[in-house]
Order: sequence, then C-alpha cells, then structure tokens
Amino acid sequence: MSDSTTTKLPKDTAAEKGMVNIQVDGHWIQVPRGTRMIEACKLAEKEVPHYCYHPKLSSPGNCRMCLVQMGMPPRPNPGEEPSYDENGFQKISWMPRPVIACANTVAENMGIRTKGDLVEKCREGVMEFLLINHPLDCPICDQAGECGLQEFSVQHGKGSSRFKEDKVKKPKNVKIGPRIRLDDERCIMCSRCIRFMDEVAQEPVLGFSERGTHTTVGVYPGRELDNNYGLNTVDLCPVGALTSNDFRFQMRTWFLKETPSIDTNCGTGANIIIWTRGNKIFRVTPRQNDDVNSCWMPDSHRLSYTCPSHDNRLSAPLIKADGVHEETCWSNSIAAAGEAIKQFEGNEIAIIASGKQTNEELFMMRTLAAELSTDLISIIPHTQESDKMLISEDRNPNTTGAGLILGLDDPTEKLAAIKDGICNGSIKAVIAASEDLLDAGFSADDIDGLELLISIFNTTNATAQASDIVFPGASSAEKRGSMINVTGRLQKLNAACIPPADARDDWEIISDIILAITGETPEQAPLSIDQLSEIISNNIPQLEGKNLANISELGEVIIDTNVTIPLLDRETQRIAQGEIVG
Amino acid sequence: MAIIKIKRPQLTIAEKLYLPAVIKGLSITLGHAIRAVLGKTPGAKRNFNSSGMGITMQYPETKWDDQLPDYYRGVPALVTDEKGRERCVSCQLCEFICPPKAIAIIPTEIESDDPWAKVEKRPQVFDIDMTRCIYCGMCEEVCPEQAIYLRQDYAMTGLSRAEMVNDKERLYEIGGVREGLVNKWNEIK
Repeated sequence: MSDSTTTKLPKDTAAEKGMVNIQVDGHWIQVPRGTRMIEACKLAEKEVPHYCYHPKLSSPGNCRMCLVQMGMPPRPNPGEEPSYDENGFQKISWMPRPVIACANTVAENMGIRTKGDLVEKCREGVMEFLLINHPLDCPICDQAGECGLQEFSVQHGKGSSRFKEDKVKKPKNVKIGPRIRLDDERCIMCSRCIRFMDEVAQEPVLGFSERGTHTTVGVYPGRELDNNYGLNTVDLCPVGALTSNDFRFQMRTWFLKETPSIDTNCGTGANIIIWTRGNKIFRVTPRQNDDVNSCWMPDSHRLSYTCPSHDNRLSAPLIKADGVHEETCWSNSIAAAGEAIKQFEGNEIAIIASGKQTNEELFMMRTLAAELSTDLISIIPHTQESDKMLISEDRNPNTTGAGLILGLDDPTEKLAAIKDGICNGSIKAVIAASEDLLDAGFSADDIDGLELLISIFNTTNATAQASDIVFPGASSAEKRGSMINVTGRLQKLNAACIPPADARDDWEIISDIILAITGETPEQAPLSIDQLSEIISNNIPQLEGKNLANISELGEVIIDTNVTIPLLDRETQRIAQGEIVG
Repeated sequence: MAIIKIKRPQLTIAEKLYLPAVIKGLSITLGHAIRAVLGKTPGAKRNFNSSGMGITMQYPETKWDDQLPDYYRGVPALVTDEKGRERCVSCQLCEFICPPKAIAIIPTEIESDDPWAKVEKRPQVFDIDMTRCIYCGMCEEVCPEQAIYLRQDYAMTGLSRAEMVNDKERLYEIGGVREGLVNKWNEIK
C-alpha cells in the first residue's frame, strides 16, 4: 500500500485501543488483546463446540472439541517489507493443522476458521472418539435434553458406530457424596468437576486415576464430595456423569419451565433458575451473574426451596375459636382481622416485618404501620457466620431493602422495644409476617400473653399455631417482587408457581387488612403488584424510576454498601492474573 | 392462463326424468337384500366372519378379531421381555410425543437389591388415559426401549372416567410378554 506511511493501518488504530484485528470466517473484527480464540469467536457470533472449556475455570484444553483452523501472516524474508491489501490487512497463510480455540489467545491479523473441511473433520473425529465408550444410556440419563454430547453428536456425529469391540467397563451409579451420583462410563474426561473443586470450591477431592482409555474420575480414597458447593459440578458436567440425587430421575428436562429468579436464603441473593412443571418445583440451578454469584450457588440454598405441593404448606385462612384453628374464607378472616385490630390503640400494636419479604410487601407493612399509627415496626435479624464464599453473614435476603423501605438505618432497631413491650404487657397485639417469633427470641409465654396475634405464613410453624388469625401467604418461588442484596443490588423475583389452594400473595393480604381497617374501597388500594411497584418508586427516592417492569434480570446497584462477596473477589483476582477468562 | 369453457352435458329424456336412475338404485339394493336372505353375499362368511345375513357383521356376537392385520393399532400397552424384565425405563418420550397428552409417567429408581438394578430406572406410575388416547401409535414409534406396543384390543370400555385410565399393572396385563426384542441391557452391558 503506497500511502501506508500517511494513513494509519488497522493494526495501529486497534493497538491504540488495546485491541487486535482478527478474521473470523472471513469477517474482520476487533477484539481486546489477550482474548481467547474461543471467546473471540463468541464475539463474532460463531459457535465453537467445546466441553472442557469454561470461562470461570482454567483451560487445560483436554477435550479437543474446540479445534479450529488458524492462520497468521507469513513471516517476511530478511529485508522484505510486509505487504498490505487495500483494507490494510496482511495476507493470511493458513496452518495445515488445527489448534484448540480455548487455550490460545488471538494475535494481530490472525485468521480463524470455525467452518470448513479440516475443522468439520476434526470435530467428527473427536466426536467419534468421545462416543466410543459412551453407553447408550440416554433414555435413563438425567442429562438427556441438556447434554453437550447429544447436541454436538447431532451436528457432528455419525448416525451409527463403527466400533465393533466391547466398550470399556467402568463403575456406574457410584455414590461419591451425600448429594451426588457418579457414572464413570458416561464421563468424557473434561475435568471441569475436578477443576471446579480445586479452583473454586478449594477442596480438591476429585481427580483422575488410571491411564488412557481406562481413565476414571473418582473421589480421593476415604473422602466424599460433600462440599457445600458440590452440586455445581453437576451443572458443570457437560454429560450425565455427575447427577444430583435430589433431581435424579424426577423429571426429564424438556418438560421443565425455566423461571429466572433470585435465591432468598441469604443476603447474597444468588441469581437462580427455578425449573417447574405444572405447579411443582423440580430443581433450582444457579444463573450466571458475574456481580452476584458468578455461575455458582451453595447446595444448602439450592435444595431448600418451598414447593406448592409440600405437605407443610398453609392453604386456607384460619381463625382460632376455642383454641382450635378453623378454616374460613378470605372475606370472613380479613373482616375478623380488621375488627380485632381496631380494638387496640396504635401504641399497643407491634408489627413484625421480615427481611425475607420483598420491597413491595415491606412497603405494605409500612403503610399498615402508618394506618395504625404505630412506630413499632421491625424486622428480625438472622445472622450466621459467612462461609467466605457466597453465603452472606446476613441470612435475610432483603435487610438492605427493609432499611430503605422502612426508612430506618437499622431495620432491627425497634426489635428490643417490641420485645420489652410484649414482656411488660404494653404491647397487646402483634401482626407478624414470614417470621417464626419463637425462633426469633420471643418466648412462648410472651406470645401466649398477647391478646391478639395475626400472622402471615406460607408454611406451618409454632407461631402460626399460636396465632389467633393465620393467613396463608406465598413462598418466594410464587411471587413477583424486588429485593436488595447485601451489596446494594436491586434484584427481581419472578413467580414460577402459583400459591397452593387458597393461599395468596402476601402484599395482597396486607393490602386487604389495611382496607378492612380504614374501610376504604378496594379501588383505593393498588390493584396489581406493578401498580404497587410504581407507587414505591414514586415514594422512595433511591428507587425512583425502578419498577418491576424495568429491573433487568441481572439487577442493578442502587445503594453503595461497601460489602463484597468473597468468592467474586477471588474470581476478580484470578481474572487479573490471567488464570481464567471470567 | 387460457380459459377452458366447459359445455354443460346434454341430458337425455330418461336422465331428465330421474326415475330410471332411482329404479336402478333400488334394484341393486333389492338384489343385495335377496342374496343376503339366501345367504349368498360374496365373501361375507369367508372374509368377514359375518352371520351370513348379508355383509353386516352382527357385533358383538361376531367379531373380526382374527381378521385384524398385524399393523392394527389398538390399545397401547407395556410389554415385558422373555426374562420377565419390564422394558420401560420411563424415559418419558411417549409422554412427550403423545398428541392428546394421554400418558402420565412418574419415574423412580430401581432399588439396588433388584436383579435389574443396573437398569437404574423404571416407572413408578404409568397411566394411559384411554378417554384421551387417539390410537395414533406415536408412543410405539418413539419408544427407544421397545417397551410400548399398540395391541389388537380395541374394545376398551368403562363405566367411569377413572376406569378408563389404564394403570401400570393393567398395561402389563394387556401387553403381556414379547419375545425376540433387542436385548440392550444384556450381560456385556
């Protein structure tokens, strides 16, 4: 190019931005320097099939599925100037052998071919090798439907096997931990689980033994895969080698509906997908959010979901008559609650809200407190040691939101006053939602001493047993709403199921109680959760313009709390060190 | 495109009167009636196992069960193989493919002390709602384990909706044993 001295070449303009020019399947794009080839192909929207590569784990490059053809400009002879075409790019000389896209980084003027004879042949070959010893287990395999091997064998596999010999026998149905089953015959040696346990869970109990075709994944002798993050290996496993005992043989994945939501077991608010069929929850899996939970979630939280079909669910409003709870209808119970509350003065009533409630429900609780002109409203703190991974010290999912909505720096600050008031008898009525008071440091005597206890729960418990009126509420998987996690991130819950029988969304119940007290007509209350969310965004300055309709699935930070999530800190460090892509 | 003009057919007087055509029809019917009474309907006894009173079969006194072709699609049922193993592994593909959603399966794990524990999975509940079934045979076609077949039975009756649901036990009773199927869960496996 004659004017190469006067005009800047693409390589120079890219270099100024820290980028490089690469050609993917004939198209030139710019990607950041140091990008892995597989990520560059992803940016170019070209799929590169892979099994062992995972952006959050190191890249050993052992599945060989991501082979692509690579080319670079030829090295100039001594004294020869590189020549550029009319677009300013050098000619690419294609290498005769493929390279793995997952562990190689891009370079200036590099060419990548994700299609073509060489690449297709490589994939077909790798696929055939992977399937040689793979059992024909698909009809009984839980992974079927979301199996990498199934997907890519449709694209790159053969219709029939050329392998006439006997397949290698390996251990099947091995209980390698309390929650996980291993099938070694299905394993394709991608080592994702091994790397996860080593690098993320930091408890390297898994490893390969034997050699060649007899290579077997196993657990260290005398140890178990009982880490609280162990079930993430099941999600990571691209085939059905690792399966979860909880979900094992429960339902084929293609019947399940995915609902993105958030975990409500601790303040981290891990992003999750709730998998349901009909009105039953079958499993909960983590959803990637690099600012909250990366790709992982703890087993303890994953397995503690409340399903509408559980036996301990409350399904109808209950009123206690002569010490026995009787089922009643909504209109009766709401009217009874309204009448009963009106018997008391404002300062005789305390409201126990909960850090497990959504912002919308807390706002209704605040409105209720204002209607009753009581300032005795508090949430109950639940703190336990953090596991220095994803589980926050704060086991309430919405403490930050409660502080914001109730307008208190510490939403638990009134709790001591409420406890004293109940003890000395100045508080005679309590309205409690989603909190078992007996668990929260109230004594049974205190509760028995109350003249009125109204509660909203989704499952039975001792406080519900002691309540005069019990309203059946919705579980976290059954409601829409927003919560703010410990890092100040506003996130959204979505309803995956509908509440069982007569149970209703909590905010509707509180709204109806308020109407019963004030005697207003239903039109004066918010008619839908979206309308309520709109009212909140108009009332709380920090939530201005944020309603349920426009909170993204990944949420957004609205408060600066200076809290960080230990696992993410380590991940950031590893990305900075270039160990993982991130 | 060229327009083709069609000329109306010219009817003869006999055709315009209609009566000759009516009489022709009646005479065919009458001819069949006479032959039926005389027991001379061609193939009635031999091919259709009828009473001889014409081609009409006197169902249910007479049935054409032995005339059913092999490919006849009757009641779907589960089969066991010659080793007595229930072939269904509850992969739920039939439930998925079933157009009227007649099939409902709840899978379960085979206990480790069971002789077929290596199969790992079997149906705990397998219901086919015969008020929904349309006898399309998709379940048989989709089954990867050769476990479900449409049998020759067609007279499926019941006095209530619940009775019309074939449960697992009933399905194995209808299906019976089928020999010579692919032995996938063999000794090498």
